[in-house]
Amino acid sequence: MKKASRESYGEALALIGEKNKDIVVFDADLSTATKTNLFANKFENRFFDMGIAEQDMISTAAGISTCGKIPFVSTFAMFAAGRAYDQIRNSICYPNLNVKICATHCGVTVGQDGATHQMIEDISLMRTIPNMIVMSTSSDIQTKWAVEEMVKIKSPVYLRLSRRATEEIYKENEKFEIGKGVQFGDGTDATIISTGITTCEALEAQAKLKKEGINVRVIDIHTIKPIDEELIIKCAKETSKIITIEDHSIIGGLGSAVCEVLSTNYPTKVTRLGIKDTFGQSGNEDELMHFYKITSEDLIKEML
Amino acid sequence: MMDLEKVAKNVRNNILMQVYSAKSGHIGGSLSCADILTVLYFNQMNIENVKDANRDRFVLSKGHCSPALYAILAEKGFIEKEELKNFRKLGSVLQGHPDMKKVKGIEVSTGSLGQGLSMANGIALAGKMDKKSYRVYCLLGDGEIEEGQVWEAAMTSSKYNLDNLCVIVDNNNLQIDGTIEDVKGLTRIEEKFQSFGFNVIKVDGHNIPKMIKAFDKAKMKKDVPTVIIAKTVKGKGVDFMENIKEWHGKAPSEEQYNMAIESIEKGGR
Repeated sequence: MKKASRESYGEALALIGEKNKDIVVFDADLSTATKTNLFANKFENRFFDMGIAEQDMISTAAGISTCGKIPFVSTFAMFAAGRAYDQIRNSICYPNLNVKICATHCGVTVGQDGATHQMIEDISLMRTIPNMIVMSTSSDIQTKWAVEEMVKIKSPVYLRLSRRATEEIYKENEKFEIGKGVQFGDGTDATIISTGITTCEALEAQAKLKKEGINVRVIDIHTIKPIDEELIIKCAKETSKIITIEDHSIIGGLGSAVCEVLSTNYPTKVTRLGIKDTFGQSGNEDELMHFYKITSEDLIKEML
Repeated sequence: MMDLEKVAKNVRNNILMQVYSAKSGHIGGSLSCADILTVLYFNQMNIENVKDANRDRFVLSKGHCSPALYAILAEKGFIEKEELKNFRKLGSVLQGHPDMKKVKGIEVSTGSLGQGLSMANGIALAGKMDKKSYRVYCLLGDGEIEEGQVWEAAMTSSKYNLDNLCVIVDNNNLQIDGTIEDVKGLTRIEEKFQSFGFNVIKVDGHNIPKMIKAFDKAKMKKDVPTVIIAKTVKGKGVDFMENIKEWHGKAPSEEQYNMAIESIEKGGR
């Protein structure tokens, strides 16, 4: 069954709220869209609707975290990483406070709302801030793991969540580790490195290419910072081509992060699929993915 | 009772010494809030034990006035007086703007203006949730309240009935480019906070007995947050710095430093 990572987030949050009474949740008038309403319905006294005031929300979460609470803060990625960038940097990351920013509606796949709501720079903005851990999950199972895992880390975390529903690609008992990419297959014709909703596309491309006799491996990166340098270097050594794909700008995102690793350690040509220094626009999510060339077909074209 | 006038005088001397040693720093706004901090730290707040979960909290939202905070923390014994000479120097714990990770007694890191009231709200909310009796004090500059986030935060203080919160506006009337009215048309601060649901108290921010009364009164007010609008003079205590906007962020020369120390000594404060 297809599911959007925002749904998985909301469900996971409502679940861990039972186990951990220190968890408090903040939203900025979007709880039905970010799915924090699932937590709010269960734990009214630990949920704070801050109204349309994202900057206030972020700094309030910073304050409450100094008293031992573990705040989860949600709004659209545009208004978290974008509008409240200064608050995230100075209120949360500079003092290394234990605040979890779980931002939904990332990328052009937000769809009809158009460019003002399609956040394609958040990976870039968030990963430049010291102390910040940046995550971007690709499935229901992985997202639920990430939510549980980030509670165990005492530092700021940014989790990038999507509105687009995708198929499950992991098994229930899959083991993940912060900072470790997940490898699918061991083809040597190319490595496709992906994060978030494009990982499904990468796996589809992998299957179709196999029928053509082309063997690629797929790396799903759920932790963009710290990134899995070891695995990226290993794949560059073992395969003839590196392609990255993401629902994010090719400037500063996963593709850039991969290039940073390789340029220093094992210079390799990297093809970056993503939004090419332009704004998004309205449209349905599938149309937009085709228009901005971040589908399995686009990956296949790179290989034929 | 402790001689608070004497403490305030020491605080002013400490401020001057830091900015003079660093050859940089914000002197005018530090001097304007020196008496407010003296009353809070030596008369109002329970902050002796920084590990006590029920200690009162102070948030210096106008973080550039760190010399005043360091000065009072030095008087309290949280900072070695010798360390004040390292203010703003490479490797010092006394950063240009307060860093909670570096100095005992600093509750939150501030510097980017307009964020402190939100942080103070967060601390006050935790106090309410955990049924703690601590109070949270948050000092805002009057120029600082031009930041929109302050008013987002004011709505939050009011929505959650944070009567354990006391905001103080250091109303010295000056910011870098001029008066708050000239720069941003900022007037009627009292009415603004009133309309946001605050209990408003006006006080002379250099009259120590009156300030004590104001803070005591604030404690008695239930269900709504209080703001104390403290009428102050920028550069207060150093005659040639008073009400001169250029002393917002300028360091004194050796001659000026000596004159300033003398002025503080003579003027009482």
